[in-house]
Amino acid sequence: MNFNAVYALLLREAKIFLREKERIVSILISPLLFLFVMGKGMAGGQSPVPGYTYQQFIFPGIMAMVILFTSITYGLYIIWDKRLDFLKEVLAAPISRATLFYGKALGGMLGALIETLLLVMIGGLFIMPLGPGKMLLCFLAAVPVSFMITSMGLTIGARMKSMEGFGLVMSFLTWPLFFFSGALFDLAGAAPYIRAVSYFDPVTYAVDLMRIIMLGQGYFSVWTNLGAIALFCLAAAALGVAAFGKLQQEK
Amino acid sequence: MAAIKTENLVKRYAEVTAVNGVSLEIKEGEVFGLLGPNGAGKTTLISMLATLVRPTSGSALVAGRDINREPLEVRRNIGIVFQEPSVDDLLTARENLYLHSMLYGMPRKEIAPAIEKMLRLVNLSDRAESLVKTYSGGMRRRLEIARGLIHGPKILFLDEPTLGLDPASRKAVWSHIRELKQAHNTTIILTTHYMEEADSLADRIAIINRGKIIELDTPEALKRKVGEDLVFIAGPVDEAAVRALPFVKTFEREGGRSKISIQNSGANLHALLNAAGRIEEVEVRRVTLDDVFLKFAGQQISDDADEKAEGIFERIAVNKAVRR
Repeated sequence: MNFNAVYALLLREAKIFLREKERIVSILISPLLFLFVMGKGMAGGQSPVPGYTYQQFIFPGIMAMVILFTSITYGLYIIWDKRLDFLKEVLAAPISRATLFYGKALGGMLGALIETLLLVMIGGLFIMPLGPGKMLLCFLAAVPVSFMITSMGLTIGARMKSMEGFGLVMSFLTWPLFFFSGALFDLAGAAPYIRAVSYFDPVTYAVDLMRIIMLGQGYFSVWTNLGAIALFCLAAAALGVAAFGKLQQEK
Repeated sequence: MAAIKTENLVKRYAEVTAVNGVSLEIKEGEVFGLLGPNGAGKTTLISMLATLVRPTSGSALVAGRDINREPLEVRRNIGIVFQEPSVDDLLTARENLYLHSMLYGMPRKEIAPAIEKMLRLVNLSDRAESLVKTYSGGMRRRLEIARGLIHGPKILFLDEPTLGLDPASRKAVWSHIRELKQAHNTTIILTTHYMEEADSLADRIAIINRGKIIELDTPEALKRKVGEDLVFIAGPVDEAAVRALPFVKTFEREGGRSKISIQNSGANLHALLNAAGRIEEVEVRRVTLDDVFLKFAGQQISDDADEKAEGIFERIAVNKAVRR
């Protein structure tokens, strides 16, 4: 692993991310709609966790949603790099594909973590009191979760040929990952066939971990969540490095 | 030691054989031109040498390193200027050069001075802090060249370095290339389908068509192989006296003019004109690389050059639209 190169790649992503401020805001729009419209619209409905409103109940799920959307979108963005030859420069550089993958993945994590920070602050102000300890824990939990999902996005992006696939991935992967994760409902009360699918959804464990941190109660234990996230991280990273290894100059 | 030595390099794609058994040796410090029409295999050949594409078979040593076994070592010793722009639109020129220097493992304290030097070399110092998406095609190309050079490569690959450039930028790129060769003894491999570019820059030229090298020599020798220069003379030419000259190959009447092919018009033109008698008008057409190509490859080279250049600008426009 070439750490100078990883640092340089990360620096590039940081500069680009901070230059495209409208992207930072636009990615927050749909999660905020869920949080404030759906959260308040269904305020009459009970929260599955006693002592909290429905809006507070879905807040951890919305947090996971922000990480999911930021990270997947970022990963798929390398299709543009591929299509428009910007990837050539890094593919031609004397760095291994693993270095390239981790540099890109760290860049994506950076974006997701900035979004997480923004949402934690919005949540602390409008949704529920979050002390500095809880905020820090949310942020720490977001680190492996964003790595896991960025790696998935990069893997798919590296294998996709065209941007037309972008909509397909959003419809057939991102939204199902979100809906089956239990972000908007309690897994304990869900139909068994929904729960069966949720077990295979990596986002489920992210939502549950966030819920334990913020509400003190989840469906799985902390260790089950951390273990599942770690496994998904390893698998996604391995698949990502392999997919980057196959990246070739397009003719 | 040869800078590059290839043995029977082959690259086969599903439908076509892009490079079909290329063996050649390029000397250190040489400017080597690869000349051929689009689709001849120039870019594929360069991509294999730069370890961007794996050969189907065959091998090559680049800067003494094997392209199949030591690709990262090969990469450290080469610089590439791509045919299509690959500088990062969303970064400034300085940031592009910094990123590149870090990726190529330059020592950190050498990076800043090297960036200044390169920016001066390609005349971009005053625009160094502007985002590349605000650059013209010529500026991008110059930045791309600076980037290919900043890590001090022993061998530089230039894939159509002046495609789509205006004449002034093209001349500037040419003079950079000559400077490099003189100042740093950099070995330069240049693909082009502009004849005058190959003619004015290259020490040797390989003509490549359908994946094979069909002729390889100095530009002068190639032109000699094609043969004679043409002299057109208007006026009552003394045919018998002209035909008697030893260097005259053919004589034809064409309209009101005589079309005479002779060897080495530079040395023999004077004698020819003396023999011809009274002359109203003379036109000399020397052999160009276009003729060389036509003879060896059996086709014109630059049919679709302009079409291709337009394609690139379209891509830049698309890119701007999308990334904003």
